[in-house]
Amino acid sequence: MPTFIEGLSDEPRILAFCCMYCAYAAADAAGSMRLSYPVNVHVVLVPCSGRVDETFILQAFENGADGVYVAGCEEGSCHFVNGNFRAKKRVIALKKLFAEIGLEPERVEMFHISASQGGLFAKVARDMTERIRSLGIIGWNKRN
Amino acid sequence: MVVAERKPIQEIMAMVAEYNKILLVGCKGCVTVCCAGGTKEVGILASALRIARKKEGKPLEIVERTLERQCDPEYIEQASDVIEKDGVEAILSMACSVGPQYMAKRYNIPVYPALNTTFIGGALEHGVWAEFCQACGNCIIHYFGGICPVSRCSKSLFNGPCGGSAKGKCEISPEVDCAWQLIYDRMKDLGKLDELAKVFPVKDWSTSRDGGPRKVVREDMKL
Repeated sequence: MPTFIEGLSDEPRILAFCCMYCAYAAADAAGSMRLSYPVNVHVVLVPCSGRVDETFILQAFENGADGVYVAGCEEGSCHFVNGNFRAKKRVIALKKLFAEIGLEPERVEMFHISASQGGLFAKVARDMTERIRSLGIIGWNKRN
Repeated sequence: MVVAERKPIQEIMAMVAEYNKILLVGCKGCVTVCCAGGTKEVGILASALRIARKKEGKPLEIVERTLERQCDPEYIEQASDVIEKDGVEAILSMACSVGPQYMAKRYNIPVYPALNTTFIGGALEHGVWAEFCQACGNCIIHYFGGICPVSRCSKSLFNGPCGGSAKGKCEISPEVDCAWQLIYDRMKDLGKLDELAKVFPVKDWSTSRDGGPRKVVREDMKL
């Protein structure tokens, strides 16, 4: 679990699990394109979005995240054939679990971003930040 | 194997509402195979409960442990270090219902089941399990081409399909195969259709849910 950057007390903390073959490369592309995205989105490199287990996401929330998203390859282009489909199913299962425990299912999401889509990477980061801002920082994560 | 599934979180939350520290204990047997109560499911449920309780402003401390099996006393014993030294107030078991009963027998603290034990079944594909046995205590599948009419026919019929069978499917759902169609097809393949002409007598259910809890004794295995 990475340490979140200090000094962002008013901003939600968002963790993005990014597949090294697509979304992570898209983050690089966003950098090359000089596109900015919110600093409160923390990127975690994973070998495939299929590596992201439900427990990773739950533990992220337990340890201070207000939102988590998984960014995998576009459907049909996973380096490991169906890792992104597996990730998507887990995110859907987690949304149901969140509803059961009274947490907004929108706090967890799955995105598909190809390596060349630097613009989409930045947009997803902005959209997710806006979404979590509107939902608010989770009670036990409030910094003040 | 025994197939089980997790109870709704709200039901589990109500069970442990009064406690501040619990042991959440999984089982590496059947419930691990059917993805209901293994180490991974213990981790997910523990996180979910902690998050839900944090949200309520009443944090819950959870000790996570997964035993080899919860249906054998020697493995139940392996939880004693946690229960006797860690000060857990209650046990939440993710085993089939044998597990919590064994835990309750051994430890003098409240024990709660986190799973519903569903049936004895097998995997149809990844993530899909179906019932194949109701543990009636007197197996008769050899009369029916290796297909159990007790568990796989919705009416547990012994002498052919009912009037609800249509196009090989059961009247309860188009998703469910008519067991008697399966039996007929199988017996036909085996060239034993004539055996189905015999009338099967009323089954002796005294080995099933009758005469109190059943017991198996193997004198040759006893120590």
